[in-house]
Amino acid sequence: MNEYTFPILYGVAAGVLTRLYLLRTDYRQYPTYLHGRTIHIALGAIAAGLGTVAVPAIMEKEFAAITFLALAASQFRDVRNMERNTLNELDQYELVPRGKTYIEGIAIVFEGRNYLVIFVSFLSTLFYLVWDIWAALAASIIGLMTARRFMSGSRLKDIAEVQYVKPHFEGAGLYVDNIYIMNIGLPARREEILRYGMGFILTPKNFNARTTIANLGQRQAILHDVSTALGIYRDSGTPALVPLAKRDLNDGRVGIFILPQVEDVEKAKAVIENVPVLESAIRMPKKRRWKRKGWSGDDA
Amino acid sequence: MTHEKIILAVITMNGGRVAGGAPIFICQTKEEMEQIAANLEAILDGIAHELSEGLLIIVKH
Repeated sequence: MNEYTFPILYGVAAGVLTRLYLLRTDYRQYPTYLHGRTIHIALGAIAAGLGTVAVPAIMEKEFAAITFLALAASQFRDVRNMERNTLNELDQYELVPRGKTYIEGIAIVFEGRNYLVIFVSFLSTLFYLVWDIWAALAASIIGLMTARRFMSGSRLKDIAEVQYVKPHFEGAGLYVDNIYIMNIGLPARREEILRYGMGFILTPKNFNARTTIANLGQRQAILHDVSTALGIYRDSGTPALVPLAKRDLNDGRVGIFILPQVEDVEKAKAVIENVPVLESAIRMPKKRRWKRKGWSGDDA
Repeated sequence: MTHEKIILAVITMNGGRVAGGAPIFICQTKEEMEQIAANLEAILDGIAHELSEGLLIIVKH
């Protein structure tokens, strides 16, 4: 026992609690089970330890010890790889795959959260050592809230309007509003599709959003989330029953066609509105600064 | 060589209008066409598409 024991214990505990708080199993159903969670809690504990001992190391003028934070960075990059590989493997057996963009998004989040844990632990221990446990408690809570804010990105409803439209057929062509989805040859399949299918139109709120929802990964994420939340009328061997999202080339609207097992339009709409906007799908063409004459900074 | 999309079979009531590499199933009635297409869809894991009246293709996506 020395003067650093309690601050270090406190910092590690604060970090692990942050990780646990950020590691909730929600509708995305990942990570679901004990083993997946164990891995992340263990890594969270390592991250917390690294963040914590950095403070006494600085105070003891052991600056060389700080370099192992660099080691931590490579360690957590591996976390990202691990998540990416696992999810990619699993994705092959999903009825409606997540898609690589969504997987990359999840992997980034796992890596990022470990850095947030380091940050919270570092602050907690620092405040404990400089002031007292109450200051440390305040720092942990503020750190946790900041982490939470950083980690919740925007949702689809922030960038697009969602509107229900009943899908219909024109000949063999399946349409959602005026957006062509696919060609269905068999009358029996068409009946099933009209019976179970739902259509939604996403109208982008601005030009940035138009490019973002056009992203194929973002569209696949929407289909995956709806199919996870509401079930899917589909099996292997029925490739015709497939949820799809197609784009209206004229105005950038996206037509979503889904086959949920729960036939509740309001629920489906709510799920679509709450699909996260994927970091890798976000495009900001409006941020481009036009240098030529006649263009303003903010076009569109 | 791998193909992104490929026509696995053609089902038609008018054999004179199609020819080529994919197996062609010539049927007498629309019902027969639909039945064969439904079976082929399940067996081949492809989707039946209607190109025109009396002409269906099974496509692997």
